[in-house]
Amino acid sequence: MSAPAPHKVRVTREHARELLRQMILVRRFEEACVEQYGAQKIRGFLHLYIGEEANAVGVMQALTPEDAVVATYREHGHALIRGIPATAVMAEMFGKAAGCSRGRGGSMHLFDASRRFYGGNAIVGGGLPLAVGLALADKLRGLARVTCCIFGEGAAAEGEFHESLNLAALWKLPVLFVCENNRYAMGTAIERSESVPDIRRHAEVYGIASETVDGMNVVDVEVAARRAAEAVRAGEGPRFLENHTYRFRAHSMFDPDLYRDKAEVETWKKRGPIVRFSQWVLETGTLHQADIDAIEAETAQTIADAVAFAEAAPPEPVEDLLRDVYAPRPAAPEPPAP
Amino acid sequence: MAQVTLIEAVTMALAHEMARDPSVVVLGEDVGVNGGVFRATVGLQEKFGELRVIDTPLDETTIAGVTVGLAAQGMKPVAEAQFEGFIYPMMEQIACHAARMRNRTRGRLSVPAVWRAPWGGGIHAPEHHSEANEHLFTNIPGLRVVLPSSPSRAYGLLLAAIRDPDPVIFFEPKRIYRQYKEEVPDDGEALPLDVCFVLRDGTDVTLVTWGAQVKETLEAADALAAEGISAEVIDVATLKPLDFDTIHESVKKTGRCVIVHEAPRTAGFGAEIAARLAEQAMYDLLAPVERVTGYDTHIPLFRLEMKYLPSVERIVAAAKRTLAAS
Ligand SMILES: Cc1ncc(C[n+]2csc(CCOP(=O)(O)OP(=O)(O)O)c2C)c(N)n1
Ligand SMILES: [Mg+2]
Repeated sequence: MSAPAPHKVRVTREHARELLRQMILVRRFEEACVEQYGAQKIRGFLHLYIGEEANAVGVMQALTPEDAVVATYREHGHALIRGIPATAVMAEMFGKAAGCSRGRGGSMHLFDASRRFYGGNAIVGGGLPLAVGLALADKLRGLARVTCCIFGEGAAAEGEFHESLNLAALWKLPVLFVCENNRYAMGTAIERSESVPDIRRHAEVYGIASETVDGMNVVDVEVAARRAAEAVRAGEGPRFLENHTYRFRAHSMFDPDLYRDKAEVETWKKRGPIVRFSQWVLETGTLHQADIDAIEAETAQTIADAVAFAEAAPPEPVEDLLRDVYAPRPAAPEPPAP
Repeated sequence: MAQVTLIEAVTMALAHEMARDPSVVVLGEDVGVNGGVFRATVGLQEKFGELRVIDTPLDETTIAGVTVGLAAQGMKPVAEAQFEGFIYPMMEQIACHAARMRNRTRGRLSVPAVWRAPWGGGIHAPEHHSEANEHLFTNIPGLRVVLPSSPSRAYGLLLAAIRDPDPVIFFEPKRIYRQYKEEVPDDGEALPLDVCFVLRDGTDVTLVTWGAQVKETLEAADALAAEGISAEVIDVATLKPLDFDTIHESVKKTGRCVIVHEAPRTAGFGAEIAARLAEQAMYDLLAPVERVTGYDTHIPLFRLEMKYLPSVERIVAAAKRTLAAS
């Protein structure tokens, strides 16, 4: 298979290295999660992004630290690339108090207010109205910031998806909608769930300019995301990207994955974002095998440190069970002197 | 006769009723081809076809609303929410329409539908996948709220729920979906709704509970028995309408009552039972009513989960407090 030509963008050696490093970080992080899940250090649900890394990595290149991110529940990659340290994400996966959600969010609810990362979201479609609200706040206060809202194509069947697109378009709000269309919502293939499976056409109906993107190609994603984010930032209203992608693993650790053809999975794996981009950087001489080896070694260390950190971190003390349900009340003022 | 788990009993009841009554249809996300997230509907589409086991898109509000429409036509839809947390978007249609149809039309239309949802904690899953939210439904007039606690009660109560002429919320304690097997004959015999089940006779204290907590409560009764304390255990099963008489009869005998549930404490369904005791059983009580519940917070992740959920120790301690008080 021939490597893709990244169109109309000059990928410098430094940048190529960074894109590859980020994708490998997400991949190796999740592989470590699988291992820790097996060891019962991570419990409950675990939804892997393996195969879809080019989307988080490509899109995040277009955002500044001032922008906001609202993600889906399959958000380990988005969280890491947004800059939440692997230590804090892994500790969260372990349910430890040192985690980015202090051990109360877990895999599906990674948050980091300081990085304007407004969470994973276990409610499919639940992030869209939140993103519209964040963007409305920016507009009301005259801030030229982008709210990037990422969700799966499954969300397009929910009413909140449509209501959010309508509002964002009607009020010309600065939202960059990114649909990660991996063709399946759990066991439901998109053709069995959408009367118009071409998701971007829904955006067009609401008057939102949209683009279809090869979500297996990190450079394509970056280019499209930069273009869209610029328009949003310039006050042109929302933009919509439909990224065609694929998850290589089952929906979750519980999913027997009986609803797709093994051959289909294998075909998509050949188009894997890391394989493909590595091939391209090597063929073009942008990077050398030694560079890739160095990235792998550096990443292995990062992941080992993250696991060790999570392992050593203490759990939340039971006394904190009722903390953070309400804001702490200030102490009652002293009664006035008689 | 088959030895089945609770979830197999659910499947068995669905299959039985679909075979018996052609107006029964099952719908929800991944219930057909995939057989449901927890595999409660496994094999049903093969047996009854795509017109009766319907895979829907990911749109809970509309699933619930479509269910109201089907039922208002006299069909008997059984809709699945994949988890109790995804019933929230369904609540709009359930609370605004399903629950009111009979009253609104003065009996001319009804909604004989069932909404099934895996319910409660103990599987190490976060928030929406682990909460007990039955009390949000028990305050809605017109709804029945049913919670089986064993394979045989899951079978018999689900049959009854499907046959019932009014809307039923059927919460299935997922923690005990596959915990043990029980002999459940597939005989189509429904159990009665709107009655409590007395699971164990006792004379010193009445333990009242439902769902997965029945297990801990029975274990607590064993522990109390070992110390010479005789506990009666009541599985409420249908929370609404509540069979208070059975609870009252027991309390007349024991004079003490401990209510156990995993939902948060404040305005949990235990509060309703405690209020009825205060209203109607005040002079039968020898000690203040005790509640052993979840706490007023969102159920925490797996590391603190077991500290949140009522434990055998907490139930035993509460029972002993009622004895110490009198
Ligand atoms: C409101 C709601 N309904 C159902 C679910 C259960 N559920 C979890 S993920 C999922 C499929 C989501 O598919 P998609 O949006 O395409 O995201 P992907 O898993 O493909 O990343 C479903 C149905 C949920 N989390 N929230
Ligand atoms: Mg999908």
